[in-house]
Amino acid sequence: MATTVTKPETLVGKAIRRKEDPRLITGTATYVDDIEMPGMHHACILRSPHAAARILALNTQPAIDRPGVVAVFTGDDTKGIGAVVCAGLLPGLRIPEHKVLATDRVYYVGHPVAVVVATDRYIARDAVDLIEVEYEPLPAVADPERALEPGAPAVHPQWPDNIAYTYHHDGGDVDQAFADAAVVVKERIISQRLIPTALECRGVVASWSQGDQTITIYTSTQVPHLVRSIVAGMLGLPEHKLRVVAPEVGGGFGSKLNVYPEEGLMAFVTRQIGKPVKWIESRRENYLATTHGRGHVDFFELAAAKDGTILGMKLKIIQDCGAYHQLLTPAIPTLSVLMAPGAYRFRNVRADIVGVFTNCVPTDAYRGAGRPEATHGIERMVDILAAALNLDPADIRFKNFVGKDEFPFQTGTGLSYDSGDYGAPLQKALDMIGYASLREEQRLARRQGRLMGIGISTYGEICAMGPSSALPSGGWESATVRIEPDGKVTIMSGVSPHGQGQETSFAQIAADELGVALDDVQVLHGDTSLVQYGIGTFGSRATAVGGTAVYYALQDLKAKAQKFGAMLLESDDVTLAGGVCTCNKTGKTVTVGQIAAAAYRALKLPPDTEPGLVATRYWEPSNFTFPFGAHIAITEIDPDTGAVEVKRYVAVDDCGKVINPLLVAGQVHGGIAQGLGQALYEQAVYDADGQLVTGELMDYAVPKAAMVPWIETDHTCTPSPVNPLGVKGIGEAGTIGCSPAVVNSVVDALSHLGVRHIDMPLTPEKIWNLVHKGGEA
Amino acid sequence: MRQTISVIINGKRHTADVEPRLLLIHFLRDVIGLKGPHIGCETSICGACTVIVDGKAVKACTMLAVQAGGREILTIEGLASNGALHPIQEAFWNEHALQCGFCTPGMILAAKQLLDRNPNPTEREIREGLEGNLCRCTGYQHIVNAVKAAAARVGA
Repeated sequence: MATTVTKPETLVGKAIRRKEDPRLITGTATYVDDIEMPGMHHACILRSPHAAARILALNTQPAIDRPGVVAVFTGDDTKGIGAVVCAGLLPGLRIPEHKVLATDRVYYVGHPVAVVVATDRYIARDAVDLIEVEYEPLPAVADPERALEPGAPAVHPQWPDNIAYTYHHDGGDVDQAFADAAVVVKERIISQRLIPTALECRGVVASWSQGDQTITIYTSTQVPHLVRSIVAGMLGLPEHKLRVVAPEVGGGFGSKLNVYPEEGLMAFVTRQIGKPVKWIESRRENYLATTHGRGHVDFFELAAAKDGTILGMKLKIIQDCGAYHQLLTPAIPTLSVLMAPGAYRFRNVRADIVGVFTNCVPTDAYRGAGRPEATHGIERMVDILAAALNLDPADIRFKNFVGKDEFPFQTGTGLSYDSGDYGAPLQKALDMIGYASLREEQRLARRQGRLMGIGISTYGEICAMGPSSALPSGGWESATVRIEPDGKVTIMSGVSPHGQGQETSFAQIAADELGVALDDVQVLHGDTSLVQYGIGTFGSRATAVGGTAVYYALQDLKAKAQKFGAMLLESDDVTLAGGVCTCNKTGKTVTVGQIAAAAYRALKLPPDTEPGLVATRYWEPSNFTFPFGAHIAITEIDPDTGAVEVKRYVAVDDCGKVINPLLVAGQVHGGIAQGLGQALYEQAVYDADGQLVTGELMDYAVPKAAMVPWIETDHTCTPSPVNPLGVKGIGEAGTIGCSPAVVNSVVDALSHLGVRHIDMPLTPEKIWNLVHKGGEA
Repeated sequence: MRQTISVIINGKRHTADVEPRLLLIHFLRDVIGLKGPHIGCETSICGACTVIVDGKAVKACTMLAVQAGGREILTIEGLASNGALHPIQEAFWNEHALQCGFCTPGMILAAKQLLDRNPNPTEREIREGLEGNLCRCTGYQHIVNAVKAAAARVGA
């Protein structure tokens, strides 16, 4: 059949306002806590006030006696529920059994001890306070370096050294690189523990159906299918008897890329009481019991030639795992190792990780997940090296970048960078900010006694997770595209967007491919009973992997529609484009709607063709994608208060092709705000006894509007060869690029005082001390 | 010991018996069934629960339902009139001023109070005027753009 399919690109690439928004701006979206069901009960969880303690006695009777309370479950009642799963299985990993409720011992403040189920939200909360627990407090350790010291309290008594795992990577010839070096710079760099703080806390509604022996779980998650598989395993339920729905989800940032005790627990509770149950996390609980991010103490060594050519790196990572491994806890710092060389050419990399148990809530993925730690480290080290060699920080970067003719580039950490032109965004950012004259301005400012700094960060990052070999869940994504009998289009995607906007960007792709209107495409996701199996939204993968699955399903669907078009037009020479199929000889046309009607009516079928118009594809990428970019921050420090002000922020990102620039800008801005939060404001603080001092939003400094600068953005475009859309991913780039730009800028502002490195967050107190006490924080 | 309160919400009078300790946010969400105002922190920091009480933006998680007795409340559900979006809602949509949407109902109502008080705010005034409302997704820049756009439209 001689056919030509043209592809009019009318919507992809355009800034189109989102299809998601009407429900969100009118208050009619349905988040977990908005779900009502007849007979709904409410659960509230008693959590440990101690970081480490034995439970000597537990009396639930006073709570049970409270009118309105229907049940109280403890660790003894829930022993039959399988353990919470860790999928990041490194060799030699020590995995403490992580039950949904504590039994004889608690391991962190916030550890779930019992659950009260009542007819009313307030009664459940009241009754939690009536449970009597006798604890024998034990010594706790909250600091990962302290936990490694001999004689430190053992988090898990069976492992007195508190070591959860070790991991080693050796690429190239590191010893030779360091032997050849004219200069070696070293620094201890902390990527502090952060609290992800999705604005919607977690929540679960679970509902048991006695008649068909099924459980439905509504949960605020990024990975509904993974929740289904894992909770089914925990409860011993067949997967087809469990439905998991991610309704509207109020942000995740990695904290909802997990399967939590409460998801298994609520599934258990609904089956026990035979009624629907709702558990909504308070913010206090969210801070105590939802995973934190980062928590690295990193030791970097960089070896270089006299001209600034980087020869090799040694890296030691201490990861604060917390008391347990959540879904991916031990896997996160392995991403730091993979991306340790950043955008630079050197291939000699030796890295060691030691994962450490502490009496704290587990760490796991948080926006960037391992890459911000790596990028912060290499970008700080490159500045430290430039200072040691008296080189310009921009020049040393240009000198060491992987060249644009070197792609695909095999790194010393085992990756193959897909495509890049690392100098382009840096040059653009330097031009935008007026770098040449800035240095002169800085000299002038210093003469006036002003503390002004210029900080550059040139990140390379890893996205579009990923090939299945790299992900325990499988690294593919799925899509079903269906043209309905009236010609309208339904897409069912295995990704689970929660703010990223794929209901719009996927509709843009489909509208272009099929030539239908944007409003004629509906994107469904986040319901395991509706959508074929999928992996979910994380690791900047939704568009690059999920969007590609949509794209290929559309190609299959178009091929089928074209067969029906050819049949209806009684011609072999037809073209499907712009929503119509045209006979190239006669010029006669049929619309996609007419084709759909014929395909479903099915009075006549093309040869070897089934009725209906639907296509499903599962697509696994052959590689990750590697976005990159350059961020520059100009800061000024108030010497009287130590406050840092970001005067200008320029971000030039290259995420390959862009489907919707409005969505990309939103991701860049939001990512930078979170990177800035780490650089200047945020830190999860545990005291020596393991009490979370920053246990509420009153004490944990999420940036407010006036704390975030105006962000000037631009792009370069280097398409990815990994997928036919040429997209790379942009969800985490802002966070990854930002923190080193800001810290480099502040260190630059103070460099004449002998300051070489400052650990985040750059609080006014820390900065004031550096300004006034001669270089000591 | 329940108390009877009578409140006008989005132009409609509601009378209900409530526990004195019932928070206004739970009254609106669980008793009246208005799910637009959200709960994000319970400590009056995040502003996701923001509603307008007698013309002033109030965090409904730190006000008791009984304190709202006799007052007039506007929630996000009452902002559009006759099916037409309020200019601030329209501007949030046009400017991509929301992602996950959880802060949005509160943010829009805080923006409304800001524009009611200052119809032509500068960027700095917008940022400071919205300090009682956290957004973790947008980095605020598109929210600033939306408030500026709404100001231009309301002022026009």
